[in-house]
Amino acid sequence: MTTEICAQQMDYRELNAKVRAAVAGGERELVLSQVNGQRYLGVGLTQPVKLSIHGVAGNDLAAFMDGPTLEIWGNAQDGVGNTMNSGRVVIHGSAGDVLGYGMRGGRILVRGDVGYRVGIHMKSFKRQVPTIVVGGSAGDFLGEYMAGGVLVVLNLWKEEKEPVGRWTGTGMHGGAIYLRGGSVSPDRLGREVLAAPAGEEDQPVLFPLLDDFATTFGLEAEELRRQPFQRLTPTSHRPYGNLYAY
Amino acid sequence: MWKKDERIPSGCAISGFINRCGRKESGEAILRSIAAMHERSNGLGGGFAVYGCYPEYAACYAFHLMFESEAARDRVEEFLRRSFVVQGAEPIPTRSVASITDQPLLWRYFLEVRPESLTVGNTFLTEEDFVVAAVMEINAHFDGAYVASSGKNMGVFKGVGYPEEIGRFYRLEEYQGYLWTAHGRFPTNTPGWWGGAHPFALLDWSVVHNGEISSYGINKRYLEGHGYLCRLGTDTEVIAYLFDLFQRRHGLPLSATCLALAAPFWSEIDRLPPEEATIARAVRMVYGSGLLNGPFSIIVANRSGMIGLNDRIKLRPMVVAERGETVYMASEEAAIREICPSVDRLWYARGGEPVVAAMMPLGAEAEAEVA
Repeated sequence: MTTEICAQQMDYRELNAKVRAAVAGGERELVLSQVNGQRYLGVGLTQPVKLSIHGVAGNDLAAFMDGPTLEIWGNAQDGVGNTMNSGRVVIHGSAGDVLGYGMRGGRILVRGDVGYRVGIHMKSFKRQVPTIVVGGSAGDFLGEYMAGGVLVVLNLWKEEKEPVGRWTGTGMHGGAIYLRGGSVSPDRLGREVLAAPAGEEDQPVLFPLLDDFATTFGLEAEELRRQPFQRLTPTSHRPYGNLYAY
Repeated sequence: MWKKDERIPSGCAISGFINRCGRKESGEAILRSIAAMHERSNGLGGGFAVYGCYPEYAACYAFHLMFESEAARDRVEEFLRRSFVVQGAEPIPTRSVASITDQPLLWRYFLEVRPESLTVGNTFLTEEDFVVAAVMEINAHFDGAYVASSGKNMGVFKGVGYPEEIGRFYRLEEYQGYLWTAHGRFPTNTPGWWGGAHPFALLDWSVVHNGEISSYGINKRYLEGHGYLCRLGTDTEVIAYLFDLFQRRHGLPLSATCLALAAPFWSEIDRLPPEEATIARAVRMVYGSGLLNGPFSIIVANRSGMIGLNDRIKLRPMVVAERGETVYMASEEAAIREICPSVDRLWYARGGEPVVAAMMPLGAEAEAEVA
C-alpha cells in the first residue's frame, strides 16, 4: 500500500503532520504530489520509509533525517540534508544553496547542479561517513570547513570550465573532495587543500559512489569509472591550531 | 499583529516579474507569488511596486504619501501646491483587512513640475533633480509625512502586515502593470513601521531587498554629500538613492553601477583580463563609498527594466526564470512556479553577477513573431 497526498496549496505544517501521521500508522511508502516549496519534508523522520516527492521541495528538506529514503522528481530549494544523520536523498533536478550543511551520515545524490556552500562542515565518525555526489557543477565554498565525509562533483552536463566555484575547501581539515576532470584552477581552491590526481588508492572510496550514481540515474558506470578525477584533501587536520597561539 | 505562538523561521522574501513587451496584468499574480513564501516574513512589513499603473496620468510624477495626521497632510499639501501643478489628489483606495491596523492616512498626488521652478538664480535644475529635492524636503522636514514613491506611471504600496494582507488592503487586483515587485519583511535591525517597509523608491527607481547592508553608515554619509537624506530608518533606502546617483546623475552604464555596488574582491580583479581589471579598479577606487557590504539579494526596477543582484559571496538566495517574454526573479523557486508552473529556463543567480531583464524596444515583439 502506498499513501498518496496531494500537497497543492497545503501549508507545510499540515503536510508534514499528514506524513508523520501516516508513518505512525505503519505506512512505509508515501507519494507527495503537487509539492511547491513546502518546507521541512522528511525532517526528523527516523523510520525506514520511502517518500516520493513530485514538484519543488522546499527549504530544509531532510534536515535531521535519520533513516528514510527521499526521491525528488524536480528541484529542491536551499538547505537540503541539514545535519542529516542517515538515509538517502535522490534529487532528479538541481538543488539550491547550503546542501548537506553539517551532515554526519547518509547519502545525497543530485543529478543537476548545486548552489553555494554545499557540504560545509560535513563530518564523519567511525562508520558514519556522509557522502554527496553532484552530477552538474557546484557554487562557491564547496566543502568549506569540511571535517569528514566524501564530496564528488561530476560536471557532466554543461561541461563548465570549472566544476566548482571559488574558495573550495577553505578551512578543510578532514574528508575528501573528488572533482571529475584533469585539473582544477588553483585560484578556485582554499589555502588548506592539496590537489592531486586520484589514483588506485581512491577507487575503493570513489567507485562505489560512481556506481550508485550511475545506477540511480541510468548512466554507464564503466564510463564514469574511466574518467580522470582530481582529489582534494586537507593539508592539515588542524589548520587553525596556532591561530590564537602566537 | 505579532503572533507570539507562531514559530518564525526567518528570512525576508522578494519576488518580481516583468513582461518585456509591456503586456500588463493585475496584481493577483504577484500576490500569489509572494504569499508562497509566507514563512519568510513575520508580519512586520509587506509591499509592492507596480509599473504602468497610471496611464491616465503618465506625464505626472505620482507621489504616494503616508501621513500621521491631518495636520501633516495640510502642511504637505500646501508645500506641494506651492512647488508643483497638482493635476490630481485623492486618498489611495483601501479595503478593511482585519490584521491591518494603525494605518496612516494614505494619499496620492499627480504632479507636474512648473518650468519656472527649474531656474533658481543662476542654477538650472532638471525636473528629476527638482522632484528628488522635494522628496528629501518632505521626508526630512515635514513631521509625520513620508513619501513612499514619486515616479511617473508607477507606484509603491506598502505597510505593516504580511505582504498578501497588504496587497488585499490596497486592492492591488484593481491595478494593471507590466512589472511588479514584492517584498515580505522580517525586520532585523530596524523597526517594522509603515515607512520602513519595502519597496524603497525614488523617482521611478524601486528596490526590494533581502539581507542587511553592513555598510549603511558609509553609504549614508556618502549619499548625504550628494543631497540624499536617509530618514526612513531602513538600510535598503541607500540602495534606491545609489541607483539614482550612479545611473541618472553620473550616467554610469548599468554594468559599472553593479560593479560599484557588488565590487569583485581585489584578488579577483587581479585575475581579470587587463582592460576589465583597469575598469574594475577604477570603479572600486572612485565609487568605494557606494560598495554595499553584507548579505543581500535585491530586485531593482525602473520603467525600463528589472535587475537582480546578489552580494559577492551570495549570502542570500535568488532564483531566476524565463517564460516567453516574461522574466521572473524570487527568493525561492516555489514563488515562481506558483504563478508560472512551466518555465522555458530556470537558473540560480550567482554572487555579484547582475541579472538584467530589460524592456524590449517597441516593435521587437512584432518582429520576433514574424521571425
